[in-house]
Amino acid sequence: MATFPLDLLGMWGKWGTYLVFLLIGFGFGYGLEMSGFNKSTVLAGQFYFRNVRVVKAFFGAIGVAMALIFAAVRLGWLDYNLIWVPPTYLWPGIIGGLIMGVGFILGGFCPGTSMVAAATLKIDALVFVIGGLVGEFIFGITEPYFSNFYYGSYFGRLTLMDFFHTSTGVAMLMVAVLAIVFYVVMEKLQAAVSGEETPPSVYRSIVWFVPLAVSLVIALVGDPTPQEVWNRIAPEKQALLDSRAVYIHPGELLDSIADDTLQVVMLDVRPESDYNLFHIQGARNVSPDDLVEVADELLLRPDINQTVIVVMSNDETAATEAWKTLQAKSVPNVYILEGGVNHWLSIFAAEEEGIQPLSQAADDRPRYAFSAALGDQWEAANPFPHEWELEYEPKIKLERKKGPSSGGCG
Amino acid sequence: METKKSFWQKIFDRPEKPYADPYLGGIVLGLTLFAALFITGSGLGGSGTIGRFSVFLLDLIAPSFVDRVPDFLHWGGGTANPLDATLPVMTLGSLIGGFVSGYRGGRVRPEIHKGPQISNRTRLTMAFLGGLLFTYGARLARGCTSGQGLSGGAVLSAGSWTIVFAIFGGAYLVAYFFRKLWI
Repeated sequence: MATFPLDLLGMWGKWGTYLVFLLIGFGFGYGLEMSGFNKSTVLAGQFYFRNVRVVKAFFGAIGVAMALIFAAVRLGWLDYNLIWVPPTYLWPGIIGGLIMGVGFILGGFCPGTSMVAAATLKIDALVFVIGGLVGEFIFGITEPYFSNFYYGSYFGRLTLMDFFHTSTGVAMLMVAVLAIVFYVVMEKLQAAVSGEETPPSVYRSIVWFVPLAVSLVIALVGDPTPQEVWNRIAPEKQALLDSRAVYIHPGELLDSIADDTLQVVMLDVRPESDYNLFHIQGARNVSPDDLVEVADELLLRPDINQTVIVVMSNDETAATEAWKTLQAKSVPNVYILEGGVNHWLSIFAAEEEGIQPLSQAADDRPRYAFSAALGDQWEAANPFPHEWELEYEPKIKLERKKGPSSGGCG
Repeated sequence: METKKSFWQKIFDRPEKPYADPYLGGIVLGLTLFAALFITGSGLGGSGTIGRFSVFLLDLIAPSFVDRVPDFLHWGGGTANPLDATLPVMTLGSLIGGFVSGYRGGRVRPEIHKGPQISNRTRLTMAFLGGLLFTYGARLARGCTSGQGLSGGAVLSAGSWTIVFAIFGGAYLVAYFFRKLWI
């Protein structure tokens, strides 16, 4: 399991955590000031091509951080699933962004830079911060009037990889190339407007080419397969299988389906022909090859923390493999139907005439013969929970998805 | 005879050095952002501190009002102190970092930067309005150039990249009409 990010609160308590954030803040403020961002005329100069420092430092920082983060992720040191990725609320983001753009031109700062500039006694920055205090107040009292808009167009933890259906490396390459295009265009525009040429420097080469090189390597190596990730996390997770802590009894599945406070997602990973003969009502047939995409889709569910995911095959073999894949994708609250569909049928189809036990069957193959391919129209596909009082050891324990629940802005 | 410099003169009258290569600034900011994400799992932020400080002030004046507005309640409801969180601590660090860098470069002094065609009064009025709008937009977009731009951009959030383009797009769209403020 990747060691980072650290559980700071658990390790060093509140004040230790604060110390780390204080040091990070120091670097942030130092970097902003040395780049010239405590001076409104420098920041605003970007928009008149008098001074293009903003684009260089801004996209430079993004490129350098991106390269290091995803290199660490690819090496298995850092768990991307536990990093705060700002969720996408499309239209509030776009409108808010446009308003910020106007504020930038009028005020000559953004919030972070204004506070750092105020620390170096720039009076216009201090006034910008005071304006910000009022802006926050107005937002608080006006937000109830457009709450639907504010919480609407929600796409969850949507990444560029999801949006463009690419690997991490390819998405990184797009960013790295785009940044270089910006640097070239901005340097040319600055030269045209102010006659100021940009001298080559070692820092310029680093910012231009290190993110590009790292992205290229990651694009060529490709994302780790679920099998590789599983091998990495197996030492920790295999115990859950060995102790059977994640195998739930059919009775617990039935009760969970009937529980209104839970969302139950059933993934039936059997071949389509088996699924067509019989499946539990509401179960979704998923080919093992499509599991990774299904995992991405599940992770974007807004109700993921109230969702129990149950994978099933005829017995347990294929379902257990699917469970490993979902673990590799850090999907929370995944369980396996104990004994699979065969076990389910042994309980609920005992009196169903069209479903008769076979004398023998290979592992993870159906142990029942069906008189017709009725899918979920069998009685046993939708048992009435109150007719069945099954004894079982409850195993489902909802866990919240790990990782920060808010980012830098909360 | 050399006159003894006062404390303030020692800070303000240091020889001013030019700003660093912005690409070096980008590397320093990038390393800091990486450290933040790698160690803590969350990135850098700015607007949230202004928001929290605003609620903090409001909580001093009208605590019951804070408890009635959902957005304020979230940070300062009941006995909660809106400043008792990691982001304001990070901002405190950035104030110190900014001051140290400014001190070393001889750039700490009370002054107002503005375009050549406007008065101080116009500059400060616009700074106030700009700060108001920027923070309002940042709360609507759930983050500013730090939280959405740098942090969300580096972790490849699709929404954050949309916001980055909206901020720069919005600024370039209106830049022409407000050119008198700056050039």
